Amino acid sequence: MLEKALSRLLAGKRPAASHLLLAPAALWLLLFLLIPALGLVALSFAKNGPYGEILWRLSLDNYRRAFDPRYVPVLLRTLFFAGGTTVVCLLLGYPLAYFLSFRAGRRRGALIIALMVPFWTSALVAFYSWIVILGKEGLLNRALLRYRLISSPLALLYTPFSVLLGLVYFYLPFTVLPLYASLEKVPRSLVEAAYDLGATRWTAFLKVTLPLSLPGVVAGALLTFVPCLGDFLTAELLGGPRYYLLGNLISNQFLMAQDWPFGAALTVLLLAGLVAGLWGYRRWEAAA
Amino acid sequence: MGAVTAETLLEVGPLTKSFGAATILRDVSLDVRKGEFMTLLGPSGCGKTTTLRIIAGFETPDSGRVILGGRDVTDLPPYERDVHTVFQHYALFPHLDVAGNAAFGLRLRRVPEAEVSRRVTEALALVKLSGFESRRVSSLSGGQMQRVALARAIVGRPSLLLLDEPLGALDLKLRKEMQLELKNLQRRLGIAFVYVTHDQEEAMTMSDRIAVFHQGRLEQLGTPGEIYEAPRTSFVADFIGGANIFSAEVLPGPAGQARLRLEGEHEIVVPLDPHEVLPPPGGRVKVAIRPERVKVFYKDELPFGALRFDATLRDSIFLGDGCQIYLEFLAGAPDKRLVAMAGGDRYAVHDDLGVPVIAAVQPEDVYILERDGD
Repeated sequence: MLEKALSRLLAGKRPAASHLLLAPAALWLLLFLLIPALGLVALSFAKNGPYGEILWRLSLDNYRRAFDPRYVPVLLRTLFFAGGTTVVCLLLGYPLAYFLSFRAGRRRGALIIALMVPFWTSALVAFYSWIVILGKEGLLNRALLRYRLISSPLALLYTPFSVLLGLVYFYLPFTVLPLYASLEKVPRSLVEAAYDLGATRWTAFLKVTLPLSLPGVVAGALLTFVPCLGDFLTAELLGGPRYYLLGNLISNQFLMAQDWPFGAALTVLLLAGLVAGLWGYRRWEAAA
Repeated sequence: MGAVTAETLLEVGPLTKSFGAATILRDVSLDVRKGEFMTLLGPSGCGKTTTLRIIAGFETPDSGRVILGGRDVTDLPPYERDVHTVFQHYALFPHLDVAGNAAFGLRLRRVPEAEVSRRVTEALALVKLSGFESRRVSSLSGGQMQRVALARAIVGRPSLLLLDEPLGALDLKLRKEMQLELKNLQRRLGIAFVYVTHDQEEAMTMSDRIAVFHQGRLEQLGTPGEIYEAPRTSFVADFIGGANIFSAEVLPGPAGQARLRLEGEHEIVVPLDPHEVLPPPGGRVKVAIRPERVKVFYKDELPFGALRFDATLRDSIFLGDGCQIYLEFLAGAPDKRLVAMAGGDRYAVHDDLGVPVIAAVQPEDVYILERDGD
């Protein structure tokens, strides 16, 4: 009886019944995403009390404060790091994805797993490893000193360089995988057709492979840029307070300043920006 | 490799090619004349597409050369060969419109824009796609995509056009139309075509010459008439037009004639072409008889045809424009049927199954093929 009901459900005989397949995930998202997010929106209109308690006197004060000029540098810095990470990831990731798709042959599977390793490593462990490598007494400085390539230790850690390095390190797989997927979808017969019509390898790439992989470039850029905007761990561990990003500003409202309503307002603004960006992407995708 | 004349445009061979342990081509040699419609015909996996890809420059042969217009292009990349390809699944660029696809090769060669647009307009008119210039290729039907692929390939005026089963994805009616259209286009442009197909009817309709491939070998190269009237191997006889293939023992006979014993039973004498060499008496050959050359007569009729076999009517299939008749004519091998084709519906009478008949064949309609029993 149950088996029969289940197989009918899986066959999607009745649309209403097959929607039941969505139910577990929908319930999960409702409970743990939508309701907390709505709570956050409500919270963003509340007021912070003198001891960090929440006073439910609704106003737009938090939003007004968010647009205070003194937060502009954080916003610009965040855009700079997210944008910089995206550009570097694309520059590193496109050739890598191209190699995986067009040239790797049988080694492809192993290489993709290697690419995923940082993704599977706990970010905390990974970043502490970077501290060990980049620090004043770190592995890199010691090696450079030993081989007399430098005379005094370089300041690598707690610089824009180390923040960018950490972000690129962590988000590169997010860039490469969509790129790889879109390059896989480029029919090889089209590349051959381009050769056949007189294109060299390079012109065939420019005129056929690259334009056809653009959706992957955009998807890879978005998947890198968007989480970078909210990233706080990298700046926290590899950057220090001088390079705090929007993510750090938000996490500080909740963890240090005990100003949950203001943190909520910042989160809502960030979220609104992301949703607007994704909506624009969907429109672009539908038009293309 | 045959006589190479001033008319020869392309000369390939003797090509061999293996992929890993699989040998795809063995000693394939052929030549294509200027303005000729040459078809590479054979079942899938016979090596015809690999030969085409070697001519195009997508594959390098293990041995053998490709000489195009007197120049050895074997080691040149595709973009340095005066050859364009119409691909099996069109391979149109989805990010370009119809005109953009057609202009692709010209723009790569930096032809001035005014001339590009003139020649694209001309090419699209040739394939009857005028007015489609700014259409997206994804909005076209299969037949229209095929025309765009054709326009894209002819707009650069190559001396040789390669077509890899270009009509394979179209339905039968459209395919028939396109066959005639392609043939006309080829005549008008005067470009040599090398056309790959597995459809023998298509090959017969369109080609000046046909190269029949089988298991990586070139079995026979000749005009459609030659291939049909004088098949050299049992594969060619069977693949082109279909044939009854039998084994025959060579008996001692007069010069210029072949005395054969068919399947150990029927003794026949057939004329021998001057160039044909029979194995010595006692040897075996394969022979072919076309179904449409087998006449069937009831016992009370007067048969014509010098070779006559007593036979039994075993089955008859009405095909609309005629009947396919299965005859039993061997006592030793009753399952080895002789197939005949007859016009009309005279034999579509199932009451007649099992009745004795006479099968008659003219001696010149018995083709002597390769030696048998090796």
